[in-house]
Amino acid sequence: MNLTYSAEEQAFRQDVRDFLATSLPDDIRERVRLGRRLSADDHVRWQNILSERGWLAANWPEAHGGPGWGPVQRHIFDEECAAAHAPTVVPFGVNMVAPVIMKFGSEAQQRHYLPRILANRDWWCQGYSEPGAGSDLASLKTRAVRDGDHYVVTGQKTWTTLGQHANMMFCLVRTDPDARKQAGISFLLIDMASPGITIRPIITLDGAHEVNEVFLDEVRVPVANRIGEEGQGWTCAKFLLTHERTGIAGLGHAKQALRHLKSLATRVPHRGRPLLELASFRQRVVKAELELMALEVTNLRVIAAAQDGSVPGAESSLLKVRGSELRQELSELTRRALGPAALPFFPDFLHGDGELDDPTLAESAAGAAQYFNRRKLSIYGGANEIQKSIVAKTILGM
Amino acid sequence: MDFSLTDEQRMLADTLDRLIADRVAPEQRRAMLEAPADEPLALWQTFAELGLLHMPFAEEVGGLGGEGTDLMLIMQALGRGLVPAPYLAGLVLPGDLLARLGDAGQQARWLTPLLEGEHQLALAWQENDARYDAHGITTAARQDGDGWRLDGNKQLVLNAASAAALLVTARLDDGRLGLFVVPADAPGLSRRDYRTIDDQSASDLTLDAVSLSDASCLGLDVAQALDATLALGRAALCAEAVGAMEVACEQTLDYLKERQQFGTSLSAFQSLQHRMVDMHLHLEQARSMAILAATSLTLPDAERDYRLAAAKAYCGEAARFVAEQAIQLHGGMGMSEECYVSHYAKHLVMFDHYLGDVDHHLDHVSDHLVDAA
Repeated sequence: MNLTYSAEEQAFRQDVRDFLATSLPDDIRERVRLGRRLSADDHVRWQNILSERGWLAANWPEAHGGPGWGPVQRHIFDEECAAAHAPTVVPFGVNMVAPVIMKFGSEAQQRHYLPRILANRDWWCQGYSEPGAGSDLASLKTRAVRDGDHYVVTGQKTWTTLGQHANMMFCLVRTDPDARKQAGISFLLIDMASPGITIRPIITLDGAHEVNEVFLDEVRVPVANRIGEEGQGWTCAKFLLTHERTGIAGLGHAKQALRHLKSLATRVPHRGRPLLELASFRQRVVKAELELMALEVTNLRVIAAAQDGSVPGAESSLLKVRGSELRQELSELTRRALGPAALPFFPDFLHGDGELDDPTLAESAAGAAQYFNRRKLSIYGGANEIQKSIVAKTILGM
Repeated sequence: MDFSLTDEQRMLADTLDRLIADRVAPEQRRAMLEAPADEPLALWQTFAELGLLHMPFAEEVGGLGGEGTDLMLIMQALGRGLVPAPYLAGLVLPGDLLARLGDAGQQARWLTPLLEGEHQLALAWQENDARYDAHGITTAARQDGDGWRLDGNKQLVLNAASAAALLVTARLDDGRLGLFVVPADAPGLSRRDYRTIDDQSASDLTLDAVSLSDASCLGLDVAQALDATLALGRAALCAEAVGAMEVACEQTLDYLKERQQFGTSLSAFQSLQHRMVDMHLHLEQARSMAILAATSLTLPDAERDYRLAAAKAYCGEAARFVAEQAIQLHGGMGMSEECYVSHYAKHLVMFDHYLGDVDHHLDHVSDHLVDAA
């Protein structure tokens, strides 16, 4: 065993670092650094730059236009992107629906959608959760009734992240109300411009417009937009959930957050000394540091096991639980480190283009809002309690 | 970046697992613990035959040149079996110091027979007043004619009762740290032997004007070598704890599946499932830290010690968590001496008290936190 990076891996890291130093636009870097929300245009601008370099579809096989990286390279890439304040790639197209289309889609569907995803021509959103189907996703009620060459879709989706920018949605719908819960579900691709779709913002407790409700009222969707067979939607959904979630621990983000926290706690004073010297605070930083060290090795173990092409399954649940807990702890410590400076709230600056002429206020503006935003980490993608039940069932056989 | 084991390492792990299943079942282990300290341990002979006694030492001193990963695999297997053989205390720690510091004559006298299984040794580094600090000791060594005279006390010397000689740290007049080989029968050396609560054989030593020849002195400035050896010991202990945690988790899981209450098995209860998953999470994170420890031994001293402190502190917390949950989830059975998991739980809690506990090591990480940023 050897936990040091090989010369090739180190050279790769330098390539990524150089690329980020020269290609990441300064205005985007600064927005991410300050924790400000990016516009749709910011995201697309950055993803076009990545695409041009051939690095947008980090998880794709080379045959479809991916860079042919192994998991260690992807890990290095994620880490460097977070350290350089690069935006996270919006995952719904390139990392979520694309693997499903590759696995279950027809050749025509692959030819149509995959190049458009690589070129950032479609913005995808996810139509999974419903008001009555959160952790119990398979109880979803959105109906799709066959009418000739179309499905007529009626229902409601919720927590649709960045749906306000999306022109396409991949959606789980019930095509057979009489079949067993999971068996009656199909996977549809829906044009968001279709008549009958209404989208409404949900403002989260940090004042952000990140998620939405999507209402579908007799929306006509061509049968050709179904991925896989009718009734195979749950298989697609499960595949999507377990597919290549090596980034799920959010290690790059956690590392960056810890760096930021240490730097902050070295600068802010407590009774004339740096806060980091306050024993009770320092102790928690030390514990977070240890947790991060362990999680990084665990993450590398999981992705090393995935080197041979096998997909990390329930192990990714472990990474999700520990990774989200760690990132939440770091956001808590950052909020506390800011002290009174965590209180001023400037939503126009954080979530829009509002200016803030005081750089001190700007530096600390996002701290508390991000703390509240990070609460989502242990809820989305299957709440941590669901993840634990998955581990109990699939790893421990309980 | 490479997490794979070599074919030899996989064979080593398999061999050990089979050996321990055959020879260290609970009732066999009990008999081993009840045997007198001076009775030769049959298992030690088998270790010698399998090359385990040569494994962790460099080829230059007659070893097999095993790396941190090899030691990790051995210790993990010994931890799985709670094997009452002094592999770390009687072989690895004193042997490592002899390999680092001994001259040809000293190695021929003490190290070669150690590797051949002809005798065992012990390392006396700990003193109550210094707690876990190996450098803050007061046992004194003074030049005495052509030789040396040692005075002081040592606590918690593991395997002292079975050792042909003890490696004793002592402070010199100039403040530096020296290391001396004290034969078990040296006049002026006395022992109080006891067992630790987790069944290790240990002794407190009194050195009262112990007179030694100059050939007994292994070094007059051994602080750096001692740190390296204790780092090796910490990595080994982390691996051993991971092995014991594995078994504690397995036995608890089996019990939850087996035990019927309220007309169903305990494993059907979600609160218990999640508790079991938390144990599993602690185990896997501790395993990562044990791997980090085993692969950090060749780093520059400061970085090595930072990582070892982090690993030992992390494993200490994780081991205690697993132990406490194992007892809790076994219910009343977990409290009984007869239930094997209680022995694992005892060792996993007391693991923290060997070679520095959570507080000791967190303090080290804390001191170096900013440097490492």
